[in-house]
Amino acid sequence: MIVWLIGILVLGAAAAWLAERLHRDAPRWIALAALAAHFGVLVSIWTGASGGPWIANLQVPWIAELGISFHLALDGLTVLLLLLTEALGVVAVLASWREIESRVGLFHFNLLLTLAGVAGVFLALDLFLFFFSWEAMLVPMYFIIAVWGHERRIYASIKFFIFTQGSGLLMLLAILGLALAHRRATGTLTFDYFALLDTPLDPTTGFWLMLGFFIAFVVKLPAFPFHTWLPDAHTEAPTAGSVILAGVLLKTGAYGLLRFVVPLFPVAAHEIAPAAMWLGAIGVLYGAVLAFAQSDMKRLVAYSSVSHMGFVLLGVFAWNALALEGVVVQIVAHGLSTGALFIVVGFIQERLHTRDMRRMGGLASDVPRLAGLALTFAIASLGLPGLGNFVGEFLVLLGGFGVNRAATIVAACGLVTAVVYALTLVQRALHGGPREPRMIRDTSIRETAALGALVAALVWLGFYPQPLLDAAADGIGNLQNPASRIAAAAGPQSPPRASPARRGP
Amino acid sequence: MPPILWLIPGLPLFGFVALYLSAGRMPHRAAAAIGVGSIGLATLLAFAFAHWFLGASLPGDVYLETAWRWITIGGFDPAVAFRLDPLSLVMMLVVTFVGFLIHLYSAEFMAKDEGYGRFFAYMNLFVAAMLTLVLADNLLVLYAGWEGVGLASYLLIGFWYRDPANGAAARKAFILTRIGDTAFIIGLFLLFHELGTLDIATLMARAHETWATGSAVANAAAALLLAGALGKSAQLPLQTWLPDAMAGPTPVSALLHAATMVTAGVYLIARTHELFELAPAVEFTVAVIGAATLLLAACSALNQHDIKRILAYSTMSQIGYMFLALGVGAWTAAIFHFMTHAFFKALLFLAAGAVMMRLNDEHDIFRMGGLWRRMPVAFVSFLIGASSLAALPLVTAGFYSKDMILWGVWSSGPAGPGLWATGFVGAFITALYSFRAVFVMFFGDARRTPSGRYGWCIVAPLAVLSALALTGGFVNIPSALGNVNSFSDLLAPVLPARQEVTTASTTQAIVMAATSLLVLLGVYLAYLTYIQRAQVLRRIATSSPARALAGFWFGGWGFDTLYEHIFVRPFLALARLNRNDIVDACYGGLVVASRTLNRALSRTVTGRVRAYAAWVAVGSLAALAIALFLQ
Amino acid sequence: MASVSPSQALLLAMILFALGLAGVLARRNLVFLLMSIEIMLNAAGLAFVVAGSRWHQPDGQILFILVLTLAASEVAVGLALILRIHQRNASLDADAAAKLKG
Repeated sequence: MIVWLIGILVLGAAAAWLAERLHRDAPRWIALAALAAHFGVLVSIWTGASGGPWIANLQVPWIAELGISFHLALDGLTVLLLLLTEALGVVAVLASWREIESRVGLFHFNLLLTLAGVAGVFLALDLFLFFFSWEAMLVPMYFIIAVWGHERRIYASIKFFIFTQGSGLLMLLAILGLALAHRRATGTLTFDYFALLDTPLDPTTGFWLMLGFFIAFVVKLPAFPFHTWLPDAHTEAPTAGSVILAGVLLKTGAYGLLRFVVPLFPVAAHEIAPAAMWLGAIGVLYGAVLAFAQSDMKRLVAYSSVSHMGFVLLGVFAWNALALEGVVVQIVAHGLSTGALFIVVGFIQERLHTRDMRRMGGLASDVPRLAGLALTFAIASLGLPGLGNFVGEFLVLLGGFGVNRAATIVAACGLVTAVVYALTLVQRALHGGPREPRMIRDTSIRETAALGALVAALVWLGFYPQPLLDAAADGIGNLQNPASRIAAAAGPQSPPRASPARRGP
Repeated sequence: MPPILWLIPGLPLFGFVALYLSAGRMPHRAAAAIGVGSIGLATLLAFAFAHWFLGASLPGDVYLETAWRWITIGGFDPAVAFRLDPLSLVMMLVVTFVGFLIHLYSAEFMAKDEGYGRFFAYMNLFVAAMLTLVLADNLLVLYAGWEGVGLASYLLIGFWYRDPANGAAARKAFILTRIGDTAFIIGLFLLFHELGTLDIATLMARAHETWATGSAVANAAAALLLAGALGKSAQLPLQTWLPDAMAGPTPVSALLHAATMVTAGVYLIARTHELFELAPAVEFTVAVIGAATLLLAACSALNQHDIKRILAYSTMSQIGYMFLALGVGAWTAAIFHFMTHAFFKALLFLAAGAVMMRLNDEHDIFRMGGLWRRMPVAFVSFLIGASSLAALPLVTAGFYSKDMILWGVWSSGPAGPGLWATGFVGAFITALYSFRAVFVMFFGDARRTPSGRYGWCIVAPLAVLSALALTGGFVNIPSALGNVNSFSDLLAPVLPARQEVTTASTTQAIVMAATSLLVLLGVYLAYLTYIQRAQVLRRIATSSPARALAGFWFGGWGFDTLYEHIFVRPFLALARLNRNDIVDACYGGLVVASRTLNRALSRTVTGRVRAYAAWVAVGSLAALAIALFLQ
Repeated sequence: MASVSPSQALLLAMILFALGLAGVLARRNLVFLLMSIEIMLNAAGLAFVVAGSRWHQPDGQILFILVLTLAASEVAVGLALILRIHQRNASLDADAAAKLKG
């Protein structure tokens, strides 16, 4: 059952590619259908769960000689991330309905393949399989940027590829190093997550291996100072690409930090935590200041992502229940609000053929509905209570405050700078008088519905985040105390294993 | 009562949602019905609750209602809960009632505006957020309301968004208050980590148990909350946004930037006064800031031309009085002055708006003149408002509340008389600038001919607020004049009097009489200057030091210029400097390095076979040499 | 018949190789270049034969036959290429054929 969470997307991708010959719009509908089916499978697994921290688990041998298995598992955190992936996948398909006109089939092939890779990243509990998925989601994304992107797409796509590929290499080395260290200690070669959790490591080795994972994930996140691929990639990608990049791909970095860095290397992660929290805090301010300075609307939104992801890094390394719940909410809320802002930029670009805010102005009178929605997302982005981002940021800061006061206070100043860039966007793009009379249409029903659903989700997150928090709580339990849950994950037939208490940072 | 307290903020919120979803497509009538109706219903409900609350003697004088649990994570479980006690009751009644009157007024005032529905949507959003702030049972919900009013303020100041100046004023307001808000939220983190809850009542009790008076952590927490209050209430040093905030429509200035929102800081300090008691140094700072702001703002109000800016500075000054009262522990006096101030300042703004709407949106008082005959309704309302603002003795509400503050300050201990003196001087300046406005606007030569008439939507709120601006003070009359204590008795369970005020002392009567005389003197001086046009005064006013001082005051004591130079410009310069991301330039360095290497290596590809052969030979020799050498 | 010692034979091979290499490096005429390469190949072949006789194994001679065939085919291809280059450039200068300059 669980394998279909990847399989559907791969099959859907192939079908979308082939179906282009039947009808121009067929790939779009196939993509939507695949995502809907994916949602159905996810819900049926979720509701059919017997309770226990791991909802589903599948482990079959893959390359047995090397101890590599096809190991997928689902917990509360994964479910939330997959739901986010599905939601943004649907939104991305809807957003590219008018924008992507050439090679529609290939586009949706790449889109679904990216999502399949993302699903693999979220589900894999074998480090080799994880790395495989990690690389697999990269290539189709590269093509999405390089083929359907804007003016400087080649530069941006190569930059994106080199950054993530280079950092992926470090992760590969760290994975191999960890597996070998495990073999040296126990005599068996394995890439299984649960087995590797208990690897005894001397502090120096542990630190360097941790650093390999850490760099791979913070590049993806991205955290200051590894963020510079992001503005180019986000800006040059087509709308759907930006939505998937910001909404989902960045989250794989956060997920990696949560699932792998801290549980696998608790001691080393504890060592690097202060530095990481400071990187997060600096990223919050740095991204915000840069966002303010941009005149390209898409670049502004892209830099605001850097700022928001700073909160995620801060929260991950604060590593307590409050901060981790905050991280999960922030991940979801940022995915929704920033994804929505990219769509808004896409809509504006479709209408005005520019992303330059100096040439916008006065959209509030020309297209009141679009402007109202844009205003709402800008406000969500600056962290207003009542919308999801506030809950995330507040919990992260509240959790971080007990761990590292100075860094948290610096990051809290990001609340002020967020206002500066968000209101700059509102002022330059929406307010003011129009420079010349424009005849542009307001959002259509399809567009309004897509954005309206995102508003509703953000409001729900802001007013009643408890269901999300509850769903994440189990997953966070798995993260904070991974070893003790192995027995439950392995199912009833396997013998119970000792559960030594692990020290988290 | 059924548990429907949540409907009081809820109804305006529903109004907002309905208007937001209609996206401005709603006909004016329907928008007004929803906008005004939701507040009207909330007001009725608020009065019903007040009636029930005052009748039912609840244990601890508190009614609590939990709407839902917002976030539950381990020990952190703030609920969206509402708390009705005498303090929130007073705030709630003033917010709903004054809010309703101003909404009603707006229904006519904004009638010709194309953004009618949008206006009521934002106004409803504001009222909902303000009521959440006032009724919140824990600091996180209070913070949510606090940010909500900040957003509504931003949206309403920049309501006429076509003019970039309005947008700039709106952003300035949001950013400056957000600076305070950030300190506030850091204060919440500190409180939660030290005391383990954000529930206000529990928090205050635990603070008393855990912290010694004057301990560092208590001081830090109180200072952080104070910073939040300073931003929202436009007190030094975060005051500069308020005069610019007058860019919004006049009803907005009346409701947000005079009657309710800007007093949120006063409410916050009164609400957490137990914490401030534990931090005497911070509490004294509150008093000093209040005293400084009240003088500074009053002086700036003296020579403004724009009627709305006069009123804005007077608002800052009056809130300064409230802070002064809070700082000396006269919390009831502060809340009393909040209430009367809400009445007379809303009245002043609405009356000023009524004048401006018939003079084609004229703001400059020196282009008005002689209006008292032509628009008697506006004149009488403005006169009543100004009298109450100036605290004309006995007949106005402002007199009683200001007197209560001044007496509280006088009797507050060793620093009392010093602080009192600032309030005393401030009272004189207040009388001077408020009657300057009255005389210049309504007397003298008529310069403009008004057009149009008022409908009942404008007249009724003016009449009701006029009545309240006159009589609202009679709920608490000092002992020398009759000793009515209904207001302080009502608030006593929440805000107990700090020290037993000595009964009916003659000092109190003397202090009161001195203030009253000074106020009358101020009015007379305004009369001499602006009606009689006394030569002596003119000469003083036009002398060069006076003009320099006036210019300095006119610009709000140079704070804007100062902040421009020390904050705004460096930030802008930094942003511009780093626009292309210095970090990216570092990666660019990598690119340049590999390009250079590439160029250097490709130079060796000459295409000459003999050169290649030579390199092959040299390489082979080198390899052989290395092999031999390593043996 | 006095047998030639392997070291002397190898010395001869080395001298031949060096001469060939010097020819390759010094001459610009492509025909001479080809001839110099032939000399180098034969030097290597001589070294093989010497080594074969030193170890009393036939492998050296077998390899020499391989080198001979290689040299023959190389001359065939090389002369054909030289002919083409001569037609194109109207000269036999090796440096004038530097078309692959990076």
